[in-house]
Amino acid sequence: MGYPRQPSIFLSEEHDAFRTTVASFVQREIRPHADEWEAAGECSRELYRKAGAAGLLGLRYSEELGGSGLDFMATAVLAEELAKSDSIGTAVSLMAQSEFALAILADEASDEIKARWMAPAIAGELIGAIGVSEPGAGSDVAAITTRAVRDGGDYVISGQKTFISNGTRADFITLAVRTGEPGPKGISLVVFPTDTPGFEVGRRLDKLGARASDTGELYFDECRVPVANLVGEEGQGLRYILSHFGGERLVIASFAVGIMERLIELGLDYAAERQTFGSPILGFQTWRHRFAEMATSCEATRLLAYQAARLLSDRDPAGDLAVSMAKLRAAEAVQSVAAEVLQLHGGFGQMEESPIPRYYRDVAGFSIGAGTSEIMRELISRSLISTINTNPTNKETAR
Amino acid sequence: MKVVVCVKQIPDPADPGALDPETNTLKRDTKLILDESDSYGVEMALQLVDAAGDGEVHLVSMAANNEVGGLRTALAMGASSATIVSDDALGGSDALGTSKVLAAAIARQEPDLVLAGTESSDGYTGVVPEQVAELMGLPSVTFAKSISIEGGEAKIQRQTEAGYDDVECPLPVVVSVTAGVVEPRYPSFKGIMAAKSKPVDELDLDALGIDAAQVGWAGAGQEIVAVDEAPAREAGEVIEDDGDAHERIVAFLDDLKIL
Ligand SMILES: Cc1cc2nc3c(=O)[nH]c(=O)nc-3n(C[C@H](O)[C@H](O)[C@H](O)COP(=O)(O)OP(=O)(O)OC[C@H]3O[C@@H](n4cnc5c(N)ncnc54)[C@H](O)[C@@H]3O)c2cc1C
Repeated sequence: MGYPRQPSIFLSEEHDAFRTTVASFVQREIRPHADEWEAAGECSRELYRKAGAAGLLGLRYSEELGGSGLDFMATAVLAEELAKSDSIGTAVSLMAQSEFALAILADEASDEIKARWMAPAIAGELIGAIGVSEPGAGSDVAAITTRAVRDGGDYVISGQKTFISNGTRADFITLAVRTGEPGPKGISLVVFPTDTPGFEVGRRLDKLGARASDTGELYFDECRVPVANLVGEEGQGLRYILSHFGGERLVIASFAVGIMERLIELGLDYAAERQTFGSPILGFQTWRHRFAEMATSCEATRLLAYQAARLLSDRDPAGDLAVSMAKLRAAEAVQSVAAEVLQLHGGFGQMEESPIPRYYRDVAGFSIGAGTSEIMRELISRSLISTINTNPTNKETAR
Repeated sequence: MKVVVCVKQIPDPADPGALDPETNTLKRDTKLILDESDSYGVEMALQLVDAAGDGEVHLVSMAANNEVGGLRTALAMGASSATIVSDDALGGSDALGTSKVLAAAIARQEPDLVLAGTESSDGYTGVVPEQVAELMGLPSVTFAKSISIEGGEAKIQRQTEAGYDDVECPLPVVVSVTAGVVEPRYPSFKGIMAAKSKPVDELDLDALGIDAAQVGWAGAGQEIVAVDEAPAREAGEVIEDDGDAHERIVAFLDDLKIL
C-alpha cells in the first residue's frame, strides 16, 4: 500500500518525476544495505559516487560545478524520499555533504575553492563535512574557541570540534574558527583539508539514532592551512553560518515528512493485517482516527516545509521564520508519529527486525540537530516580538 | 551511429490495476511507466553511442492515447527522441500485431542497431524482438549480455545455460538484451527537464501504411481463452541435519540439475 500523497500546488510534474528517480535510488542503492550500514556506523563511500552520478549531491549548485541549478523545492523532494530508506543515518550522510558542507561555499567561497573542493564533492568523489559545534559551543555558535592564527600565508589552527557528521572520514571540512576577538564578530570559515598534519579524528561517537551516519570528534593541533582557503571575508563566519541554517532546517523538516509517510504506510499495512479480537486493528475507530491525525500532521508539516522552501528559494527574508516554524513543527510531529506507530505494532514494534524501533530512535535527534526546538521557539518569538516593536501604534505598549 | 530501442510502457507493477474479464487482457487505463526490463536496453544503447563518440538513441513505443509517461523517463536518461504509435484499431494486438507496428516505425529511422528487452514485465510473450527482425529482414541475436561495435560489426556475448556464445554479426541487427546486465542510470533532474523539450513523433496506422485488419483484435492470431490464479507457493523441503545434511543438499541440487 502506498501513502496517499496529494498533488501539491508547490510542485511541478518534473518534481514528481524526480521523486520517482530518488525513490528508485533509495530502493536499489540504500534499502538493501540499510542494516549493514547501520551496524557498520557508516554508509559506503561508493554511495556518494552513485548519488553524484545520479545528480543528487548538487541540486542547487551551478551547472559549471556539475550541479543542476535548481532550488530548495527539489531539495525538499530529495530529502523526503531519502528519509524513506530505513536508514536516516545514510540520508544524513548524503545531505550533510550536499546541503550542510557545500551551501556556504556555493555562496561565499572563491572560484578556486569551488573548483578544488565543491565540484568533486558534487560528483561524489570527495566527502565534506560542516564543522561548527564544539564541546563548549552548540546552540551558542558565537562561543566557539577553535583558534586560527595568521602566520605568513597560513592560518595555524588549534582546537576541537565534536558531533561532526561525516567527520571521521571527510576529505575536507567547512570549518568555523576564531580569527579575531571573542564573540560573534571574531569568527571565520576556512576549507580545511583533512590530510593536514596535526589533524586527528578522535572517537567515532556512538549514538542513539542515525547510526549509519558517522559522527566524529575532531582535534586540531597547530594545523597549517593556506589563507587562500578562507571562505569569503574574515570575521563574517557567524553571519555566513546563521544565514545558511535555512537549508539544514529544511532538510530536517523534509526528512520528517518522508519518515511520517513511510511510518503511516508501514502502519496502515500492519493495521490492515494484524487481527485482534476477530478484527483487524484498522477496524477499531481509535486507530483509524489516530491515522487521520497522523496524516493531517504529516501534510501540515509538508505545507510548512514547502512554504519555507519556496521563500528560501526566492531569498525572501521571511524564509528564516518559515523554516524555523517548519523545523519546530516537523520534529514534534515526527516524534509523535513514531511513538504512535511504535505503539500500534505492539510487541513486534519492539523488535529490531522491524524498521519501526530504528525510526523511533532516529527521530529523537530531530529536535536537537540543526538548531534545537528551544532555539526555534526563540527565533520564532523574536520574530513576532520584532513586529510589535517596529509597529508604531504598538510602541507604547512595548515599552 | 543510430540506435533504436523498443520501449514498452506498462502499468506500474506497484499498482497494476486489473484484468478486463471480457478480454482477459490487462486494463491499461492507468498511468503507464517505463518497463524496467527495457531500461537495460536504453542504458546499453546510451553506452554504445557514448563509446562510438557520436550518434543518437531513438525510442519506439506502441501504446494507447499517445501515452508518453514511460518514454519521458527514457528520454530523461539520455535518449534523443522518440516515436509513439497509437491508434484505436491497435487495441487487442497480439505479439505479431505489435511487431508489425514496431517494425514499420523502426524502419523509418534507418537504424544501425535495434535493441529490445528479452520480454516485457506485463505480457512476457518474449517473441517481439525476433518477429521484428524477421519482418524487417534483419538478423536477430537474443539474450545479449554485452554488445560492442567494432569495424562496422556487432560483437555480442549471448547468454546460454552453460555460459555465453561470442556472436559476430553485420549491422543492422536486432538484439534482445537480458535484464540486469547493465546498471540503468537514474534520470537526473537535469535530464528530466531536458526530456520535456525532446521531440516525440506521434504516428497512427495510416502514417505507417499498415492496414487495420492486420493488427488489433481484427488481426490477432492469438487469443487468451482463460486466466487462472497462479498456484500458491508450496512449502519447501526442510532438511534436518543428522550428520548427512550436506550430502542430501548436494543430491537435492543435483536433482534440479543446478550442480
Ligand atoms: C547526530 C548529530 C549530528 C550533528 N552534526 C553536526 C555537524 O555536522 N556539524 C556541527 O557543527 N554540529 C553538528 N551537531 C551538533 C548540533 O548542531 C548541536 O548538538 C546542537 O546545535 C545543540 O547544541 P548542544 O548539543 O551543544 O546543546 P546545548 O546548546 O548545550 O543545549 C542543551 C539544551 O539547552 C537548550 N538551550 C540552549 N540554549 C538555550 C536558550 N537560549 N534558551 C532555551 N534553551 C536553550 C537546548 O535547546 C537544549 O535543550 C550534530 C548533533 C547531532 C546530535
